[in-house]
Amino acid sequence: MLIDSFDEMNGRPGSAEVRPPYASLRKWLDDTSAETFDARRDQAEHFFRRVGITFAVYGDNESSERLIPFDVIPRVLMKSEWDFLERGLKQRVTALNAFLADIYGPQECLRAGIVPSDLIFQNPQYRLEMKDVAVPHNIYVHIAGVDVVRVGENDFYVLEDNARTPSGVSYMLENREVMMRLFPELFMSHRVAPVENYPDALLATLRSVAPIRQSRDAVVTLLTPGRYNSAYYEHSFLADKLGVELVEASDLFVKDDVVYMRTTQGPTQVDVIYRRIDDDFIDPLAFRPDSVLGVPGLINAYKAGNVTLANAIGTGISDDKAVYTYMPDIVRFFTGQEPLLQNVPTWRCREPDSLSYVLDNLGELVVKEVAGSGGYGMLVGPHATKAEIEDFARKIRHSPEGFIAQPTLSLSTCPTFAASGVAPRHVDLRPFVLSGSDEIRIVPGGLTRVALKEGSLVVNSSQGGGTKDTWVLDGGS
Amino acid sequence: MRLQITHETRYTYEQPARSIMQILRLTPRNHDGQHVVRWRIEPGAEGKLTSGSDHFGNIVHVFSADESVQDLAIVAVGEVETSDVAGIVRQAVERVPDGCYLRSTISTEADEAIRAFAEKQRDGAGRTLPTLHNLMEAVHGAIRFDRDPTSTSTTAAEAFALGLGVCQDLSHVFIAAARHLGIPARYVSGYVLPPEGVVMQQAGHAWAEGLVPDLGWVGFDPTHLTCPTPSHVRVAIGLDSSEAAPIRGSRRGGGGETMAVRLTVEPAPGGQYQRQE
Repeated sequence: MLIDSFDEMNGRPGSAEVRPPYASLRKWLDDTSAETFDARRDQAEHFFRRVGITFAVYGDNESSERLIPFDVIPRVLMKSEWDFLERGLKQRVTALNAFLADIYGPQECLRAGIVPSDLIFQNPQYRLEMKDVAVPHNIYVHIAGVDVVRVGENDFYVLEDNARTPSGVSYMLENREVMMRLFPELFMSHRVAPVENYPDALLATLRSVAPIRQSRDAVVTLLTPGRYNSAYYEHSFLADKLGVELVEASDLFVKDDVVYMRTTQGPTQVDVIYRRIDDDFIDPLAFRPDSVLGVPGLINAYKAGNVTLANAIGTGISDDKAVYTYMPDIVRFFTGQEPLLQNVPTWRCREPDSLSYVLDNLGELVVKEVAGSGGYGMLVGPHATKAEIEDFARKIRHSPEGFIAQPTLSLSTCPTFAASGVAPRHVDLRPFVLSGSDEIRIVPGGLTRVALKEGSLVVNSSQGGGTKDTWVLDGGS
Repeated sequence: MRLQITHETRYTYEQPARSIMQILRLTPRNHDGQHVVRWRIEPGAEGKLTSGSDHFGNIVHVFSADESVQDLAIVAVGEVETSDVAGIVRQAVERVPDGCYLRSTISTEADEAIRAFAEKQRDGAGRTLPTLHNLMEAVHGAIRFDRDPTSTSTTAAEAFALGLGVCQDLSHVFIAAARHLGIPARYVSGYVLPPEGVVMQQAGHAWAEGLVPDLGWVGFDPTHLTCPTPSHVRVAIGLDSSEAAPIRGSRRGGGGETMAVRLTVEPAPGGQYQRQE
């Protein structure tokens, strides 16, 4: 079932018109034989298997690791479209950082009634440990993976801000690399903005947020929970590209509120930790005492200003889906501007009027748990059975404050290889926004995720989604 | 009353342990009804002791041992002068917004049973103070003191289902129920001169505080069925026991450990208490 969606190539589904950025891709699709595509897709799969880029799926009995399907037809944005998105993303992330600095500082937005204080105070993601702690350079979200969906030619919505430890950037980089190997001719005929400089941009960002200190270069490390984490491949990939040490907790120790890394040359002081481990597990003396993945004393070193954690502790509060609903007001309050990117209109089930509307219209809505992520714990009304809807209604009635609901958005579609040939499939976009003390950096594009099942709107890789290379075309087409 | 307190926590490791770091919440602060006359922390190993305060305003010491240690005793010792304030906590350091004390944690989550139990304790006229008194009485009745079946990680729901527990469990159930009723509540760790008199105690004490409109924070000790008296010494607060725990530690190596507490709370010689006798 394809609802009336904007198609990235044709504008309207089934239209014979081809939008300018796709003009020569259309020709490429028409001129390339099915056999060639089959061969290239096999090669792509071999490539991904060889580099070992896999994704562990929790709760999946069959195999703990699998490949995320890759689709060879790129998703294309015009430079002018991207420029708009980039402005909107910078505005949004600027507001996010100001919001976090405020709720962990003077709390002006709470006093002004922009966001209800109970929503912040009662949320365990609001880390009391961080109140009045001066984080280096006052930046909280150094890396955001903002999920953007398109519903019309000029209509972009932000679905989630992902301000904790967003993943997926390794796919953005690997997808480009495999496309350049398989279809070098495409990159001769198209001026595709490069993404290969992402590791440089990330390293520059991380170095820029080191605690202010003497002349030596900042020492940056990437802290991983270890090889059993679903994104471990990405952790090792990024550490390698950045040229920094990939460390686990046991490689680090804290002495006199300073963090050191054990090396063969003795202990080395660490200035910036790009941590891919959740707040709860990062320091057993501060958070979950049963965590064996954390560094004892790290939070004390952090609060003493001797190390930068990227992202900061406590950014999860802005990922809460109830807090999300206030983002347009947060953008206005902190930037003084109208938001460029829209928020999806959202019913907060904690409000009685919204609750009764949601319960009456479950069949048309998407319902999400406020604390959920990765497409888990979510109801897509139009695709759900009667029993699923009834089951969800019971859950919502039981704890309304745990849920929000949104209209079912008709995510844009992009031509994608399916069993039946090339067919439109729904896509989203996750650009990675890097906030340093000097500037905000975004490499053009991001990760495009695609729902491979016909009509499906769930693009999450944990739910059977795939990915595509994302092109921002310089100079028109 | 002037109370003299000696609180020794002794860790014994199977093998020498390295990189020992301990977070100590073992030092009381001054507020109405409580004046710390003298207090010190004595770690029984070479190392570094620094002091500061945490986000709740608790005094926190961090102890890091220099060398491997197989046997480590941490002693807190001092004297505190107390007076009767009917359990009302005034002039204490408050750093966390009151609304945060409505947040539930893993150990203080109210399950169906605790929610139903809490509902029955509501005061007919909707007043907070009588509700909290009802709740204290009900928790005292619902959970019989028994050291055996629960541990430091037992949740309120588990203890309530068992009907057995220690002061930590009674306090967690009280807090879970109060928060369910919309009353901010928090955990207190501290000391008490037991009603039966001076004895060797094997653990510190714990109770709860609830926020009462126009009155502020008021203590409730469901174990002893009383609001805190001059026999209570208040040391640290938190959302639950894990945040107010007297000692949280980490180490490398060492194998298994045993922990033994020797605690005495007694009227100080020459103190007011004795003169009244």
